[in-house]
Amino acid sequence: MRHLHKGVSFAIGLAVLGASLAGCGGGSSSSSDSGQIELSIGTFTEFGYEDLITEYEQLHPNIKITHHKTGEGGPYHQNLITKLAAGNGLEDVVAVEEGHFSDIIDKSSKFNDLTEIGPKDVTPDRWLDWKYEAGKDSDGRLIGYGTDIGPLALCYRTDLLQAAGLPSDPEGVKALFATWDSYFAAGAQYVASTGGKAWFDASSQLYNSMVNQLDTGYLDRDDNLTIESNPGIRAAWDRITTAIQGGQSAKLVAFGNEWKTGFQQGSFATTVCPSWMLGVVEENAGPDNAGKWAVTDAFPNGGGNWGGSYLTVPKQSQHPKEAAELAAWLTAPEQQLKAFQARGNFPSQTQALTSPQLLQQTEPYFGDTKIGQLYADQAKKVTRAQYKGPGDGQIQENVTSPALQAVEQGTSPAEAWQQVVDGAKKIVK
Amino acid sequence: MTTVVEKPPRQDAPRERAKPTLRHRLSRWDVKFSPYVYIAPFFVVFGLTGLFPLLYTAYVSLFDWEIGDDDPKFIGLENFVTLFGDAQFWNALVNTISIFLLSSVPQVIIAVLLAALLSLRLRFPASWRVGILLPYSASLVALGIIFANLFGPRYGLVNAMLETFGLDRVEWQANRFASHLAIATMVNWRWTGYNALIVLAAMQALPRDVYEAAVVDGAGAVRRFFSVTLPMLRPTLIFVVITSTIGGLQIFTEPKLFDAMPGSNNGGSQHQFQTLTLYLYQSAFEGFDLGYASAIAWLLFLLIILIALANFLITRRLAATTGLKR
Repeated sequence: MRHLHKGVSFAIGLAVLGASLAGCGGGSSSSSDSGQIELSIGTFTEFGYEDLITEYEQLHPNIKITHHKTGEGGPYHQNLITKLAAGNGLEDVVAVEEGHFSDIIDKSSKFNDLTEIGPKDVTPDRWLDWKYEAGKDSDGRLIGYGTDIGPLALCYRTDLLQAAGLPSDPEGVKALFATWDSYFAAGAQYVASTGGKAWFDASSQLYNSMVNQLDTGYLDRDDNLTIESNPGIRAAWDRITTAIQGGQSAKLVAFGNEWKTGFQQGSFATTVCPSWMLGVVEENAGPDNAGKWAVTDAFPNGGGNWGGSYLTVPKQSQHPKEAAELAAWLTAPEQQLKAFQARGNFPSQTQALTSPQLLQQTEPYFGDTKIGQLYADQAKKVTRAQYKGPGDGQIQENVTSPALQAVEQGTSPAEAWQQVVDGAKKIVK
Repeated sequence: MTTVVEKPPRQDAPRERAKPTLRHRLSRWDVKFSPYVYIAPFFVVFGLTGLFPLLYTAYVSLFDWEIGDDDPKFIGLENFVTLFGDAQFWNALVNTISIFLLSSVPQVIIAVLLAALLSLRLRFPASWRVGILLPYSASLVALGIIFANLFGPRYGLVNAMLETFGLDRVEWQANRFASHLAIATMVNWRWTGYNALIVLAAMQALPRDVYEAAVVDGAGAVRRFFSVTLPMLRPTLIFVVITSTIGGLQIFTEPKLFDAMPGSNNGGSQHQFQTLTLYLYQSAFEGFDLGYASAIAWLLFLLIILIALANFLITRRLAATTGLKR
């Protein structure tokens, strides 16, 4: 064994040395002699950019684009922050998701101001106001061009609502979903008339949407923690924990395995549906449940947004001007409409929202609902973007969602609230 | 295994001390220094990828170092002080030790028993041996996902089976001890066979004559196992215990995948099964607090050394008391 070890480690040693020597030679040169410019772009999951990139290369023969595509958002953003810190290795155009954008804004000095380097004809009125505003850092520099958004609506099971004696047609459901009070009242009625079946899938989904609707979130503009002083946060907490204790929650963890099973078994009647969720519902509920799920243009207490991304140009980029041009082109209404048709990412550009292409889009799984029109209407209900300070996403993922899960598992709301306060304070030191 | 190699007569020691020629000198240097050059690559690579990170981690742990900071602030041992007052750290430490004990203790015991069974006269011995190694060859991530499904609190197979036997369902994720048990099951399923094979290999190398003597002395199978086999397995057992200590205290993938929230490093809604490595990873890559994470890493390192040392002493003592005393 010992002898074997030496031999193996020697071989490994040689291999590693060889590899590292070889690695030193191959630095990335971003421009070649012929005046051609090489750009790279980094995205995660599906942006629908494949055809667009080919098109851009045809329009700009002097530009060659490498597309780095990553499957999952979480590791992609960790990698992004690490490379940002390392000072190299990032692409010229880097996509950032809304939920991670506050971490980027925190280090905004490492990014270019797109109003300075970007094409001058790209003006704020290209985007919905709030989407444009949320792309700026606290000094008002524009860090990201908006790509897609996730306007909120609610999905519901028509058959289950019917069976419980509740209205199930779009107009009737709209009344149920008018406010959070009416929504939870309908939930109580649903639980009572079905003998204890759950009204919604996971409390954190609703709670995050409620907090998102507030004027101020977990952090105020000066990055102070508001969790104890903000009455809206506490009110949302009380509302949702009351609903949990009334048996309205299916106690599933969103995006977990059992959540998917829950969709197949119809163990809840409603779920929060940002535009990108339609595909998720369809995939999880499966063909057996086709036609049972529906979506309507109503969300309690007005609209809201969940998800969507930005394209940024880090200062590491060797060709910031060309990179900004590419990002500007990709986020133009025409291109975002194509991306929407390719992958269903809902555009954030005002012009795209009135395009017939978008408004005519229907979804057979949801009973041929005109989803383009529906989400365009929902998008218009969002009036402003809530300020997200550094640590906001972490509080949501690592503090409030687990605490709500604890309430679902039997912890008292008071004890879980203490968990929230302590946890949030630990993150915002 | 002992082969006697006859020493060749020494040629490079002439009787009269003549002035060594260059050729002689080169050849002597070759004998003297070449071996070091041959093994140097390992130490160079180890220095770069093992020793340097270790020392650099210790250096980073003395700073308030957020990822991307241009000039981190030196704070001395403050990270360690904070860590000692951090309830989440102690919670993670207890979880780690609990999962480690729940996995390593049964694992080593079952592995030794399995090895004893496998060393009996069996038909198709190779296929049995390969069979117990199969769990080890499966992908850890796939296993994690499968076991997390089995132990699902609502739709999991284990709870469904408990119910068909008229038992209460178990909240596998909410209940701290239950979650440790579920994770330990995952670890045991994967590693027991691997350890059993190592023990089996050692068992088969034990000298037969000792057993024959024991049989002549009238020792039964059980007596032979406890008085002959176990004491002679001592070095192997120490190896198995130490490797499983190192693995057990660094447990990461199983608890991470066991969490119902995808991608979460929380280890349950109230950190019921957050281990030290999960907490370390969360501090470094979700909290971006490299200094604090480095402090955790170093404490974990010291802890592993301490426990491995304790294990070494205990195993030696245990095996020694029942050892061959003539």
